[in-house]
Amino acid sequence: MYKIAVMGAYDSIYGFAALGLDTFPVSDAKEGENILRSLASEGYAVIYITEALAAGLAHEIKKYQEQVIPVIIQIPGVSDNTGAGVAGVKKSVEQAVGSDIIFGGND
Amino acid sequence: MASSQVNPTRMELSRQKKKLLTATKGHKLLKDKRDELMRQFLELVRVNMDLRLKVEAGIQSANQNFVIAKASMSEEILHTALMAPKQNVYLDVEKKNVMSVDIPVLNYKTRTSDENDIYSYGFAYTSCDLDDAVKSLADILPDMLKLAETEKACQLMAAEIEKTRRRVNALEHVIIPQAQANIKYITMKLDENERSTQIRLMKVKDMMLEEAHHYKQKQAQALLDAEAE
Repeated sequence: MYKIAVMGAYDSIYGFAALGLDTFPVSDAKEGENILRSLASEGYAVIYITEALAAGLAHEIKKYQEQVIPVIIQIPGVSDNTGAGVAGVKKSVEQAVGSDIIFGGND
Repeated sequence: MASSQVNPTRMELSRQKKKLLTATKGHKLLKDKRDELMRQFLELVRVNMDLRLKVEAGIQSANQNFVIAKASMSEEILHTALMAPKQNVYLDVEKKNVMSVDIPVLNYKTRTSDENDIYSYGFAYTSCDLDDAVKSLADILPDMLKLAETEKACQLMAAEIEKTRRRVNALEHVIIPQAQANIKYITMKLDENERSTQIRLMKVKDMMLEEAHHYKQKQAQALLDAEAE
């Protein structure tokens, strides 16, 4: 049985605790890296990370991209949103097709 | 362009022909795989984008609700209220095979079946804004899980499409032309050898006939006789 984790600044994620997701408040990228690594090996199938934190963990997140589990999903937080979530979807279109032919006109 | 390592022998020729056949078959299959993957990917990625926009909008409005809730009550009470959650969410992960790509299928289970268990606090000291905030977040949770599922599937399929495309291109532009060129080179070389053998035999035959019948000598004699007359 797998669990779900949420990582990010405390203000952005404390609400998820009420739903029964495990929240991990993280303040800096270094700490985030360690937590992400331990979560990935501890049976968390889905890890939500705020965009602000994910910006500093891009390298670490990329390692898990080709694995089925864990699924790492970026979500917007209260502040410092980078729009990386939408950009990620566009990037996978670009990777598959060669250029973004579907959402290219949206910007 | 024939690569210089190919031996112009019949064995090598049949090897190259076999290679060409396999490559052509593989190319056709991989191309079909790429097309089908692409079709499914394009469908899925649209769903992915819609879900993402929906989830992002939902989380943002939930965050706003939480800020409002936080404004109307003290931080200590808020922290205490959310300190010990009643509800717990577990995931059952299955794998589904789509065109040889394993994609995850997430089924979620809650620890208790009562949907009101998301309110892990007594209502006496918290503001009603907090209830709304928690409710708004709970409403988008199923979509968040669906997003996780589709986004991962899209990422995995995109990687597989890229790999397959490279293979198709390598077969189409390198392996197949190379095998064709090798076959042509070997065929030409073998034909050339055959012709040269034939010519050599004809020459030898000529020489042997000459030796047996002395045609040249007889011809010279005939010329001399004609002149004398």
